[in-house]
Amino acid sequence: MKNNLLRRVEQLHKKKFLQSDFSNLWKSVSSAKYALYFILLFSFISLSCNKKNDNQTEISFWAMGAEGEFVQKLVPEFEKQNPGIKVKVQMVPWTAAQEKLVTAYASENSPDVYQLGNTWVPQFSALGAIEELDQWIQKSSIVKREKYFEGIWDTNLLENKVYGIPWYVDTRVLFYRKDVLAKAGYNSPPKTWDELYDCSKKIKATQPADKYPIYVPTNEWAPFVIFGLQANANLLKNNATYGNFQSKEFQTAFSFLINFIKENLAPMSVSQVTNIYQAFAGEYLNMYISGPWNVNEFKKWMTGDLADKWMTAPLPNISNEKYPGVSLAGGSSLVMSKHSEKKAYAWKFIEYLSTPKTQAELYHLINDLPAVKEAWNDPLLKDDIYLKAFYDQFQNVVATPKIPEWEQIVFSKLQQYAEYTARGVMSVDEAMKAMDGDVNTILEKRRWMISRNLK
Amino acid sequence: MKNNNLKALIFFLGPAMLAIFVFFFIPVVSAFVISFTDFDIYSLGDFSNARFIGLRNYSQLFEDPLFWTALQNTFFFVILAGPLSVFVSLFAAMLLNSKLVKFKGIFRLTYFMPVVTTLIAVAIVWRFIYHPRFGLLNYLLGFFQINPVDWLGDPFWAMPAIVLMSVWKNFGYNMIIFIAGLNNIPSDLYEAATIEGASWWQQFRSITLPMLVPTTLFISVITMIGYFQLFAEPYIMTQGGPLNKTLSIVQYMYQEGFRWWNMGYSAAIAFVLFFIIFLGTVIQSLIHKKLKHA
Repeated sequence: MKNNLLRRVEQLHKKKFLQSDFSNLWKSVSSAKYALYFILLFSFISLSCNKKNDNQTEISFWAMGAEGEFVQKLVPEFEKQNPGIKVKVQMVPWTAAQEKLVTAYASENSPDVYQLGNTWVPQFSALGAIEELDQWIQKSSIVKREKYFEGIWDTNLLENKVYGIPWYVDTRVLFYRKDVLAKAGYNSPPKTWDELYDCSKKIKATQPADKYPIYVPTNEWAPFVIFGLQANANLLKNNATYGNFQSKEFQTAFSFLINFIKENLAPMSVSQVTNIYQAFAGEYLNMYISGPWNVNEFKKWMTGDLADKWMTAPLPNISNEKYPGVSLAGGSSLVMSKHSEKKAYAWKFIEYLSTPKTQAELYHLINDLPAVKEAWNDPLLKDDIYLKAFYDQFQNVVATPKIPEWEQIVFSKLQQYAEYTARGVMSVDEAMKAMDGDVNTILEKRRWMISRNLK
Repeated sequence: MKNNNLKALIFFLGPAMLAIFVFFFIPVVSAFVISFTDFDIYSLGDFSNARFIGLRNYSQLFEDPLFWTALQNTFFFVILAGPLSVFVSLFAAMLLNSKLVKFKGIFRLTYFMPVVTTLIAVAIVWRFIYHPRFGLLNYLLGFFQINPVDWLGDPFWAMPAIVLMSVWKNFGYNMIIFIAGLNNIPSDLYEAATIEGASWWQQFRSITLPMLVPTTLFISVITMIGYFQLFAEPYIMTQGGPLNKTLSIVQYMYQEGFRWWNMGYSAAIAFVLFFIIFLGTVIQSLIHKKLKHA
């Protein structure tokens, strides 16, 4: 069809070319048409170039950072198992990932399968960019809910529908200097808030004034939310349409953490700690709530004498009823584009990445902790003393509120008010009141969306 | 014949005009339209989720304390770094133009080096210079018995620290333009002045400065526009902190638009910034017009 049309246009142009007087104004218009013709021609050429061997299907997969780099090594095995499917891996840097994925969606160029930080799942589901996966899971023998950590699986659930399959997981635990804590009389890590505070006080007493027992950076929102959740705070209320940071529970948790800074048990300024590992090696900092991405770095920096002087432990809880206290369910999920034309193949690839074997291999490649519990039987994971705390912690992790605005709320507002209170610009009361005000403004659109959907 | 002219006109200007229309005019107009809507992440998925909200973005903006903080910081930066930058580059240009200086090429290259160095690399090095515990700057101040300052972590010093780095990074570029401007001043003017017995200062005030007015106008406009768009330096060095004291207006716009996808709000910020830069440029050219005729 189109080819015929083009030919006719071309013939018409040829005629005009012969007839036309060169000084005619029309010529310039027709040259514009020629330009258009060329553009069309080129797009045809490029389209026909893209057409590959017919019995080969290519699916595209975008992964971020190190995953993007190393997942390529897992692809040949998949292609061997599934002749006829080719996987094209595209690496996207973390810092630009969200921007690139949203733009790709807006220009209808979304990859068939992609990696999403699991706090991004609500956003991309709100966009309508990702496929609901329940029907695929029902037919699958590999991806099953009970194979995953419960809290982690839950991060991908929106209104009881699954939008992502956990790929690798992370959560926050306590990193600490064994020897320094022992000197302060703590042979095992603190298990309650009181112990955490008491332990910090005692460490401070054993050390020179310019060193700090603990690190509570105000540019990391996670500990504030974790402690809030441990104190039973409801962070948002009315179906997550209003902020509830003024609640007594959250204020208790928030003040508890801020007090470490106020009482000089934690450094005030984030810029003083350019290298957390060096700070740990020099006993400048001795406790830090952080995630698995730091395990390898610690191993790298804490060598020689220091090698056995650090440890990880699950998080303390508000009281000693239950240990460990709750932490956040983090990590990345695999999602499928709603508009993919190769969903069956895409699902095959997701399944392949979800087998215990591939999951363990991913750990071997880049130390991403497997989302599938069975993969933790791999000796490398099982025998790693630093990972045990993580495995225990994963039994008690929860998702943050699953709304698209969550990241803005914590990154731009909670961190800001944490800094304001730590530096004494605002009281905790004032800060949380302002926080709720800001959150309510941010959630205005969500309230409107909900009220409109109800109509 | 007239037709021929028109044809040539379209032929030569057409492609450029088309490109400007597609890549400049359309985006600017649509951004302007978007600034009157609440276009956000929900609307990216389904356009019917965008509401036309009139001037609400703008009125919300003027009540937004963070916007005023960002505006204040940006003005502070422009007012401090702008003149300083022009002054330092003029000073460097005069030094390099002096007949006493040898190996001018090497100096010119050295001073120009920061301009062509990647900002990321520069920022990382400067973060170490400013480091409160291991930094070179605090080490040097230690010789004068000055207590260490947490340059990037102190709400008072963070912006001056960014100013210092930006001036260091950018003065080389303006310096080159000033050198060109200085070379364009006919040397017989100085010869005549020397014969008349004018001192160095008199020569500088009555010959160099007036002759440099067009160059200075150009440099100060370009510098001002560039500095109003302050973004990368604080983005890398401080992420806007501490206490939002280094949050610039463009950074705020970027955060709202590309981090939180509040495109409507972000577009409104962009147009306010455009208006400010526009005003600044007009004022500057008025001042220089006066100077020229004075």
